Amino acid sequence: MHSERLTGLKVNDRDNVATLFCSARALCNVEIVDRQGRRMSVTLTNDIPYGHKIALTDIPKGEAIVKYGEQIGIATTGIRAGQHVHVHNVESTRGRGDWEEEAESR
Amino acid sequence: MRFRGYVRSDGTVGSRNYVAVIPSVVCVNEVVEAITSRTIITRGIYHHQGCCQLPPDLARVTDSLIKLGQNPNVGAALVISLGCEGVDTDRLVAEIAATGRPVERVNVQEIGGTAKAIQAGMDLAQKLAVKISGQERQDVDLASAIIGIKCGASDATSGLASNVVIGYLADRIVEAGGTVIFGETTEFIGAEHILARRAKTPEVAAWIYEIVGRMEHRAKSMGVDMRSGQPTPGNIKGGLTTIEEKSLGAIVKSGTKAIEGVLEYTEVPSGPGLWIKDTPGREIEVLTAMSIAGAQAMLFSTGRGAPQGFPTAPVVKICGNPITYENMRGDMDVNAGLIIAGEKSIEELGEETLAHLLRVMSGEVTKSEAIRYTTSMDIYTLGPVI
Repeated sequence: MHSERLTGLKVNDRDNVATLFCSARALCNVEIVDRQGRRMSVTLTNDIPYGHKIALTDIPKGEAIVKYGEQIGIATTGIRAGQHVHVHNVESTRGRGDWEEEAESR
Repeated sequence: MRFRGYVRSDGTVGSRNYVAVIPSVVCVNEVVEAITSRTIITRGIYHHQGCCQLPPDLARVTDSLIKLGQNPNVGAALVISLGCEGVDTDRLVAEIAATGRPVERVNVQEIGGTAKAIQAGMDLAQKLAVKISGQERQDVDLASAIIGIKCGASDATSGLASNVVIGYLADRIVEAGGTVIFGETTEFIGAEHILARRAKTPEVAAWIYEIVGRMEHRAKSMGVDMRSGQPTPGNIKGGLTTIEEKSLGAIVKSGTKAIEGVLEYTEVPSGPGLWIKDTPGREIEVLTAMSIAGAQAMLFSTGRGAPQGFPTAPVVKICGNPITYENMRGDMDVNAGLIIAGEKSIEELGEETLAHLLRVMSGEVTKSEAIRYTTSMDIYTLGPVI
């Protein structure tokens, strides 16, 4: 990571998202680096705020979102490579008091 | 590695030398504020507890105040009591005094009201300040260090820059024979399996799962999705999508060493090494938990910019987001955003931050201390106010 300004980081080889360390507009290409220094270019489909995530591959609805090599949530809709990945298309599977409430009322 | 600290008669070492002015109940916070505003080296141990709570919580508040008064950074204590509180003020005074620290007390109802209590409290605080102020710092080994670590107002940079720096320091401090404590059980949710793998024994691993289960059960108790409680709206704006993502970034600050054990909120570690303390995620209760455990200093990682310090301990702010660092220079001590900017390696910044911490533990003030942003604390209780 040293000696070069990061624009995007894929933390773990298993990850299907990367974190951007720049604000970037739709249709821009951003360079993503992994921990081994390997680079890939991704074309953004949305404007992305600093610190937010983009999909590195197409992710079907119901699939795990993986960062740090670990599941951080589930896609609530199909997500295309280059698309913004955040609360509008990912949900957590933990601390879901609402799911228990629904199960009880059934 | 060494620092210059205040060696106490109980063998612990302080990085600061304060008269702790301790309200035994929330109702006398104003008296404490008046006393500390007119005296030097006094610090108010503010909280919002101490009465109309169930007995286990009253015992917990009493125990917390005792440990806060026994913290190595405290040279003497002045306990302010209203006179009708639920906290056991006699035990509070006796247990702090048992460590050899000078302790005084004022009872507002007995002495004849607020103004008289403030006058008597100022006289006693003045006497205690004069008494402890002559103690000199001595050269001590880093093995005497007990460091609390915390992240707050996190964003996507926290888990990738500032928590990485704290993790580096946590490893170095543990290798030097020191003690490191981290908490925020809520922010283990989704990452508990990684922590459990680092547990020293299977019992400790089971305990980690137990406290996370308890906290998640609590988070679910109101029948809603915990999102926006955790992660917070600020975390979400900063790019953190779920509690799992926040947790995986949060645990990075604990470094890589084996986890010795899990401490309840009012417990003190029984030896050196890396410890977990069971706390919620909110700053004010976590910093208090670290001080209860005997921490002389805290390392605090932030991305969006958490400004607060603590009454009796320096809190070193390590900012992972280079934009926030520039925007909030007056609150941030270390710019870990340099890692993201590609200007420093983790090791370079880690060594610089360790040197910074040793200077702070030897007396250099933090940004929050310099502007007296130091009253952010409360005690975490479990039951209802009744």
